[in-house]
Amino acid sequence: MLEQLQRNPWLAALLALGTIALVLLPRIASDYVISLFISLYAYIALATAWSFFSGTTRYISLATAAFFGVGIYALAIGHVYLHISLALLAAALAGFLVALVVGLSTLRLRGVYFVVFTFGLTELLHQVINWWGIKSGTMTRYMFIDVSNVSIYETLLATALVAILGSWYVSTTRLGYALRAIGEDETVARHTGINTTLIKIACFAVSAAVMAFVGAALALRYSYIDASIAFNNSWSFEVLIAALLGGGGRAWGPAVGAIPLVLLKEYLAGSRYFSIALGLCFVVIVYLIPGGISPLLERYYRPRDWPRAFEAGSQYVRRLGADAANWLKAGYARLNGQRKM
Amino acid sequence: MSEYFEVFLSGLLLGGMYGLIALGLNLQYGVARILNLSYGEFLIGGAFVAFFTITGITISIFGVAIVALPPLNPLLSLLLGPPIAFAMNWLIYQFLMVPLIRRAPDQDVLDADVVLVTFGLLFVFQGLALVQWSGDLRSYEFLAVPVKVAGATVPLNRLLAFVGACALAIALFLVLRHTRFGSALRAITIDPVAASLVGVDVRKYSALAFAVGGALAAASGMLVSTFNSFSATTGVEYTLKALIVVILAGVGRVTGTLAAGLLLGVVEQLGGKLIDHSLTIAINFGLFMLVLLLRPTGLFTRA
Repeated sequence: MLEQLQRNPWLAALLALGTIALVLLPRIASDYVISLFISLYAYIALATAWSFFSGTTRYISLATAAFFGVGIYALAIGHVYLHISLALLAAALAGFLVALVVGLSTLRLRGVYFVVFTFGLTELLHQVINWWGIKSGTMTRYMFIDVSNVSIYETLLATALVAILGSWYVSTTRLGYALRAIGEDETVARHTGINTTLIKIACFAVSAAVMAFVGAALALRYSYIDASIAFNNSWSFEVLIAALLGGGGRAWGPAVGAIPLVLLKEYLAGSRYFSIALGLCFVVIVYLIPGGISPLLERYYRPRDWPRAFEAGSQYVRRLGADAANWLKAGYARLNGQRKM
Repeated sequence: MSEYFEVFLSGLLLGGMYGLIALGLNLQYGVARILNLSYGEFLIGGAFVAFFTITGITISIFGVAIVALPPLNPLLSLLLGPPIAFAMNWLIYQFLMVPLIRRAPDQDVLDADVVLVTFGLLFVFQGLALVQWSGDLRSYEFLAVPVKVAGATVPLNRLLAFVGACALAIALFLVLRHTRFGSALRAITIDPVAASLVGVDVRKYSALAFAVGGALAAASGMLVSTFNSFSATTGVEYTLKALIVVILAGVGRVTGTLAAGLLLGVVEQLGGKLIDHSLTIAINFGLFMLVLLLRPTGLFTRA
């Protein structure tokens, strides 16, 4: 990516300007736009974190909502005792620890069993926390946190950027190769001397920590939470779609996939057709774009071709204009001819 | 003691229902090797057909009534629901699953694709049902009369579902053991490649097994709807329950499915009684995770 940027000053300038624009955006944007971007950054960070582990190793996890919920609950409990920023970090730590325990016991399950297990984990946490809430009389927890939307915006923007850069950096290191080797063939990876268990558990836990952090940061806006808000399975599905739509293999892939998903969600918000659209997304991805959007973008992004493309385009427009003028002239002449008769 | 016997008995009845809803999924996953996560939607489909059979329905197109059915016995819906589910599942296998099977280099990749597509189908079916019938919980009364069984009182509709589960499991067992069709299915369960080498048309029989699994889902949906309320969105709960039972039993084990269902039902009821009733789902998942970790091939498989 770094070499790509050096070769490509246009792209580098565009990215730098884009980042500055995003940092300055809350100064001019309305509350609605800020909220939209907050949710966009949350999805980008979640999808990148998901892809960091599941995209490379092909352990498809549906536990996103579980770690997300752990983060929310850690914040809801932690903000009473700690400063907000410490509570956020504590939430990330909680996600990390839960994933460590889960990973130690489950990462030897492969394929469908892992998918089902992670899905079940969310349900299990949901039920247990609900039960604990009923027992202790704290089924709904009210939170009175005074944090401005702009701070949440900045926190999540930073999280998303750190997630993308971190995941890109790891992909260039030995660890990144090891992760991809596990995804290609775990047995072979183990035989080439990779400590697959350690790597899988560590990366699973890091990705869970990011998910928990995002959950906690989003929860800063909530005034109350309960188990069904925190452990909502739709987070797992939507993040999965964003990551797959973007495509793996590139650090920026999941981010690209998150944009259309968030816009679609916004457009269909509360609509009865959201579920159908979501389902069709799954089907379309698998049959039509199994590699995701990002390889397609890369194929059509060729700045060197831009001058020629511009030339061809303007020629086409000019020819179209000439054709239209001729057609008009001919019509005018015919009209004139008719009038003379 | 008799208090615990009643809990045990209700556990057995509940477990019969679990076995019932898992039979079809085990056929789909065990024989056709397709983990159909939209399984529960077909179950709910069967429940809706039963519901409209007992309440009566007027089918109209553009506001013009075409057919008006009077309220009928919901058991009659077994003539309609399962065949429709059979056809739909056959089509799903032939047109959606076969391209994926052709394309996948190994079972891992296929599993990932199948999980995604069937999740997609789940959302599509659920969305269509929501648009058509809204998300309201529905229920109807059918055979809600108490009967005495070994000194305890149980509702007749639950007993019917239990008997239905046993009958279907036995019938399936006999078909698998004693017919040519059954031996073909068993051969595919053990090894699809070897089966095709001895002349079994794997694609044809897998499609049939998948379709029969869907039909069983609709039939069990009908039986379950006599005592459980349901809505357009409750299908996924049944899929999860069925999946737990299938993994407990071991993939491709028909008689094991019923046994695992019974075990799960009894453990759930006794656990609920001993610990807390609001923890039943947690107990379910706890048992499921324990089996996944300790014996991932299932309880009723030969080692």
